[in-house]
Amino acid sequence: MTFGEIFSSPFLLRVIGRALTVGILVSLCSAVLGVSLVLKRYSMIGDGLSHVGFLGIALASCAGVGSLYSMEISIPVVILASVLILRLSQNDGRLNGDAACAVVSTGAVAVGTLLYNLTGGRAGDICSSLFGSASVVTISDKDMLISVLLSAVVIGWFLLCFKTIFAVTFDETFAHAAGIRTRLFSLTLSVLTGITIVVGMKMMGAIMISAIIIFPSLTAMRLTGNFRRTVILSAAISVACFIVGFFAACLLSLQTGAAVVTVNLAVFCAVWGIAWIAGKVKNRSIKT
Amino acid sequence: MNLIESHDLTLAYDGVVAAEHVNFTLAEGDYLCVVGENGSGKSTLMKAITGEVKPAAGLLSIAPEVKKRGIGYLPQISKIQRDFPASVREVVLSGCVHGDGRGFLWSRNAQQRAADAMEMLGVSDLAPKTLSALSGGQRQRVLLARAVCASDTLLLLDEPVTGLDPEAVHGMYEAIRRINLERGCAVMMVSHDVSCALREAKHVLSLCRGHSFYGTVDGYRRHERLDDEADDALHRHGPDHPADAPHYVAERGGLL
Repeated sequence: MTFGEIFSSPFLLRVIGRALTVGILVSLCSAVLGVSLVLKRYSMIGDGLSHVGFLGIALASCAGVGSLYSMEISIPVVILASVLILRLSQNDGRLNGDAACAVVSTGAVAVGTLLYNLTGGRAGDICSSLFGSASVVTISDKDMLISVLLSAVVIGWFLLCFKTIFAVTFDETFAHAAGIRTRLFSLTLSVLTGITIVVGMKMMGAIMISAIIIFPSLTAMRLTGNFRRTVILSAAISVACFIVGFFAACLLSLQTGAAVVTVNLAVFCAVWGIAWIAGKVKNRSIKT
Repeated sequence: MNLIESHDLTLAYDGVVAAEHVNFTLAEGDYLCVVGENGSGKSTLMKAITGEVKPAAGLLSIAPEVKKRGIGYLPQISKIQRDFPASVREVVLSGCVHGDGRGFLWSRNAQQRAADAMEMLGVSDLAPKTLSALSGGQRQRVLLARAVCASDTLLLLDEPVTGLDPEAVHGMYEAIRRINLERGCAVMMVSHDVSCALREAKHVLSLCRGHSFYGTVDGYRRHERLDDEADDALHRHGPDHPADAPHYVAERGGLL
């Protein structure tokens, strides 16, 4: 596929426009939520929820509704799982956070795979829910509508509650003592993360979706020491990486999810490398 | 008016009793120091006051005024992530989070409060710096400024000077004293450093097992002396001479 072909065909233009919109909005949400998730050491929750998303899709295929209504089933499943994971990791230390995530995520993948097997699902179905669909044609108008609604909620939440989000991310005990409802915050964060994951999974795949939550924020953190700028930079990096990865995948016939994550990885490595070299040079100039 | 009243309070953490028979009151403008060895329940008591831990038995009442206005909390130094991407100004402003309304930007009122707090603690010129670029003493001052923004009723300080060099320790104690005297803000401080705490505080709560005490600083000194004498007496005559053991009286909760 070339740019010329895309722009000369109204059908291709529509399909690609739809996929691009969903991808950009999901990248934006995941990057913004990702800053808080990474700093609160909740990265594994994102990873765990994506595997639960796989279970949700398997359940949908089991119920015979296929990919058409998969979101209606996986969103409630993921919301339930996010409440469960938070509960498990917040109780009096009977099961710690990362163990709770590992239990939930591996369990979800195992049960989801068995469901596919028992209902005669094809290996291709499992593969596309794990690694993302090979073609962006599967992104529907409904996916686009949900991603618009989701990003409106996420961006709205960030703009309205930015001060609370910073205070709780930085120091939950302090925020709680100062009179902030910190549990409500954690719940909102993980539920919104869960929905973002489900919406983005079709394109990115269950295994790789958490990469677009974690990479952009880690890259942004290396570039600035200011929380507000970190959030804005993370969103910008994420959207830019998505666009590059998406078109690379279109033009070279690659898997979209893998291409986007690889671009994110490259930017991350480049920024860390440059920062490392800059640090060395600075140290040397101090010594001499 | 009393901000906190605790009567025969028992606290448990992870199902293990952390402190028993804790009795104390904290009045407006008071300066209370909580001492006791590791594992005596000091941190659990802090958690109970901020509402993270529910009392297992007994009474812990916190004035509605405190609940409404919030508590200015200073965590132990190790609890804050060193590499968190936040500027000093952002951290101090986050103290104003309760009651600054919604929105992406801080209100003018909050900005003024933060500027005053930074001025008071001498960290104004650090405002644009990143938290990770500060020394331990500077960081504690920034976090104290944040606590000052959060409440002018009650400050809760968890080991505020642990891990600081002597000069920074001196500066921290002086800043806390000024907040207490100039702002009339009640201070409750957990500390390992008993001698400094005795010099600074007005009241002492000791959570040592079987030696729990609450009272004035002078009362605490007397209590400690009695304890030492009782220990000596016990040593000389063995435990069969109850007449020589005045600390059994003190054990019941000191002056209360």
